[in-house]
Amino acid sequence: MLHSVRFWVALLLLAGLVGCRPVWNDPYPASEGEANVMYSAFTNRPKHLDPVQSYSEDEATFLYQIYEPPLQYHYLQRPYALIPAAAAEMPKVILLDAAGRELPPDADPAKVAESQYEIRIQPGIRYQPHPAFAQRDDGSSRYLPMPAEDLARARQLGDFAETGTRELIAADYVNQIKRLAHPRLHSPILELMGDYIIGLKALHARLQKDPAAQAWPATHIDLTRYPLDGVQVVDRYTYRVRLRGAYPQFLYWLAMPFFAPVPPEVEQFFEQPGMAERNLTLDWWPIGTGAYMLAENDPNARMTLVRNPNFHGETYPCEGEAADQGAGLLADCGKAVPFIERVVFSREKESIPYWNKFLQGYYDASGVSSDNFDQAVQLGGQGDVLLTDEMRERGIRLTTAVAPTVMYTGFNMLDPVVGGGSERARKLRLALSIAIDQEEFISVFLNGRGLTAMHPLPPDIFGYREGEAGINPYVFDWVDGRAKRKSIEEARRLLAEAGYPGGRDAATGEPLIINLDTTGTGLGDKARIDWLTKQFRKIDLQLVVRSTDYNRFQDKIRKGNAQLFFWGWNADYPDPENFLFLLYGPQSKVASQGENAANYANPEYDRLFERMKAMADGPERQALIDRMMAILQHDAPWIWGFYEKAYVLQHGWLMNRKPGKIIRSALKYQRIDTALRARQREAWNRPDIGPLFAMAGLALVVVGPAVLAYRRRERATGRKAA
Amino acid sequence: MLAYIFRRLFYAIPILIGVNLLTFALFFVVNTPDDMARMQLGVKRVTPEAIERWKVERGYDKPLFFNAAAMGVGQLTQTVFFDKSLRMFALEFGRSDDGRDIGNEIRTRMGPSLAIAVPTFLLGLYVTVSLALFLVLFRATALDVWGVVGCVMLMSISGLFYIIGGQWLVSKVWHLVPISGYTSGLDGFRFLILPVVISVVASIGANTRWYRTLFLEEISKDYVRTARAKGLSETTVLFRHVLRNAMIPILTGVVVVIPLLFMGSLLVESFFGIPGLGSYTIDAINAQDFAIVRAMVFIGSVLYILGLLLTDISYTWVDPRVRLG
Repeated sequence: MLHSVRFWVALLLLAGLVGCRPVWNDPYPASEGEANVMYSAFTNRPKHLDPVQSYSEDEATFLYQIYEPPLQYHYLQRPYALIPAAAAEMPKVILLDAAGRELPPDADPAKVAESQYEIRIQPGIRYQPHPAFAQRDDGSSRYLPMPAEDLARARQLGDFAETGTRELIAADYVNQIKRLAHPRLHSPILELMGDYIIGLKALHARLQKDPAAQAWPATHIDLTRYPLDGVQVVDRYTYRVRLRGAYPQFLYWLAMPFFAPVPPEVEQFFEQPGMAERNLTLDWWPIGTGAYMLAENDPNARMTLVRNPNFHGETYPCEGEAADQGAGLLADCGKAVPFIERVVFSREKESIPYWNKFLQGYYDASGVSSDNFDQAVQLGGQGDVLLTDEMRERGIRLTTAVAPTVMYTGFNMLDPVVGGGSERARKLRLALSIAIDQEEFISVFLNGRGLTAMHPLPPDIFGYREGEAGINPYVFDWVDGRAKRKSIEEARRLLAEAGYPGGRDAATGEPLIINLDTTGTGLGDKARIDWLTKQFRKIDLQLVVRSTDYNRFQDKIRKGNAQLFFWGWNADYPDPENFLFLLYGPQSKVASQGENAANYANPEYDRLFERMKAMADGPERQALIDRMMAILQHDAPWIWGFYEKAYVLQHGWLMNRKPGKIIRSALKYQRIDTALRARQREAWNRPDIGPLFAMAGLALVVVGPAVLAYRRRERATGRKAA
Repeated sequence: MLAYIFRRLFYAIPILIGVNLLTFALFFVVNTPDDMARMQLGVKRVTPEAIERWKVERGYDKPLFFNAAAMGVGQLTQTVFFDKSLRMFALEFGRSDDGRDIGNEIRTRMGPSLAIAVPTFLLGLYVTVSLALFLVLFRATALDVWGVVGCVMLMSISGLFYIIGGQWLVSKVWHLVPISGYTSGLDGFRFLILPVVISVVASIGANTRWYRTLFLEEISKDYVRTARAKGLSETTVLFRHVLRNAMIPILTGVVVVIPLLFMGSLLVESFFGIPGLGSYTIDAINAQDFAIVRAMVFIGSVLYILGLLLTDISYTWVDPRVRLG
């Protein structure tokens, strides 16, 4: 009897849990039904949320919503354009020569000895509510020093009962720039910025001598005691950064969290004894003046951003590209952002549950992976990309954009066979560049989600040329208004001229074997390798694939032991310098552990690069870039691969989403029609309990007769009744 | 028995040192401290100086096993192995390579792992033992034959198929529970139903066949014939006599895994978004975070040793003839 009561109570509880919802498979609390919440996902847990350390896309998703550097990118304009964020206006740039005389803005970069960036921030900007700013009635800090009872209770930032705020001042930006030199923080851009910001490396050396710099748990270092020659507070709202030489790309860095403000008292708050042991660190709990603030930090399951009540305000842009009006991207022109109150990021490590939840309406947007490409997208007769009927019926929209990335197959220019500046090696590289059909690769392995590269510069980056002027004349011909890959006979001819007729060394008769180093060992990689081997066979060359783990692969690249390898680059900022430096001689991987993995060196290219990198965009810079492209296409240190094309699916209720990988602070512009979402979810996810009854019935059909037979057998006597 | 327990715990020390040594050697065969530094510092714009600083800060600048530059016992103690191993025995796991407190993470993630593992274990045991007894009850009938065929079929299917198929059918087609996710408290029940049911179904084939074999072996013994001769019903024979006497082989396989329930399930946690210790371990391996990998292997070893000890103790409980000395 008691068992029976328990059973019914449990059943009622279960029914109560699920029955009070219109849908049962909703992974979110019932109270959020029509709440103004955006639902998204993340795959990898963020490692760092400290703005001097963070340098990955996974972390940028959160950090760019919280921190507010002086500058940001215009949300709709392409090519990408910088506009003020926390800054009141674009920085004032003063160029000085070696004698300290001011130079005109278009001065020859070689004559510039120092660049000064004066940045004025908007007055009245306030930080998000934070316990570090909480004060007692007498004006002293509520949590400095940290009372033991408060510390004992604290597991996350929300456990501190009191919060406060204060106005953003220029000194906070200066403090953050000094933090780049902090030895314990290992900022990835310290070496780069140390070359430009005057005194940064010297500050780093001084800080290294401070015993507190290496201590764990972290001990507070008062950076205000350490002056930095190249960075000064001019007044409460203005600061100045002095750089060695001309470095116009510095403006792009000013749009990254590396240059966002960090108040010293927040550092002091987190670096109190006992805080780090509870994961209460700045690396875990970022603080900013941006549109959102981090309310929940459980990188194993969920990260939640909520609207910052102290956000200073910004309006939705009113200008964009020509197509933006038709796409409805200007409908919210002039309205205050952010539109969304809360953004919930759930951790989805596997793509299948992510995709299914998107189709159920539980995620507002999704990428398109190879696994679900056919379900989502179909190619039209003209090669145009269309959504499948299933997607269209659900009101899903597709947006595509070429990402500022380049994927390529690099030749190690130090290799005696494929490398070097000899004509023989160059022709061999060109023959391979023609033989490997990138268009086929994009079609077969990327479902068309790529654009064949002619050189390192992707579209939307200054210097990129479209049409006939933009093709690689060594690999393509311009035929009937489009680029056509040269014939395989041309590749064979080049191979013969290189001294390998029919794929054999003309001198020795030995077959030419090319080694490819790769990290891919999965099934998908096997197919790609098979395809690549086939491409080599087209010109009678043999390909040997040396698969290895990522560590060994990197080691080979660093030591210059690879011959041919796959590599890629994701831009930091939309400037040609950020792509063309990948082939700049002094960046050679072997010589200087730089980013030039091919170890390519061409004195003319290097000279042009040095001139081009400090120039403003204009015809002169374009001419230099054209010449650099011509050199690269002639020398062929890479097999120019492809630029990735991002496909993004979004439900009909998600508005104002424009793809743009460089623009990472995009959440504040997006809007959701929550009523439509709630209706759609309900319509798509009505529970179907029929199969449960069917299964129970089936079990009865199987078990019932068996039980009856057993009972008959148990009751049967040994002898038949007379 | 106390002496036996202490002796077994004493034996555990060299085993744990050996496991630690093996983990250390295997890890550093594949990864160097430079690789670990690069993984933590990122792949962009990492300089050799930054790598060196990272290694010094975390103690990876020392030799791995033998410090020829040191004097005396320092040649063994001033090494990465000694530095990183000693505190483990005091269950001080320190911080991960990305700076988080490992002990704190383990405490946080243990709950979600247990929330899946305990019901799966108990329900799985109940279902598979019951099914095995059911098949034995109908041994040598069509039901038994088809039952075994069904078990073989269930065994032949990959665990991944159960997960993906289960998510598709139960959540996507029937819309009964969320596909994945986790929350603590009573509402978390919705997220646990599907992974628990799938895990139980996935274990039915192999476990039911195993228990069926044990019961069939037992059922042919003399005491069973005597019980039947006394006039006991077949269910009484099975549940009261056969089940009890088959407990030793069952316990051998069951008790040892009880402590390991803390460690979570790698695949289930990953697909169902359960933030448990299984996914913690996988993440650490992917991130080449030696501090976490070492801690998790150490805890796994300790729990396994504990499981074996509990198994031995449980024998004395189910079979009074067994004495530990």
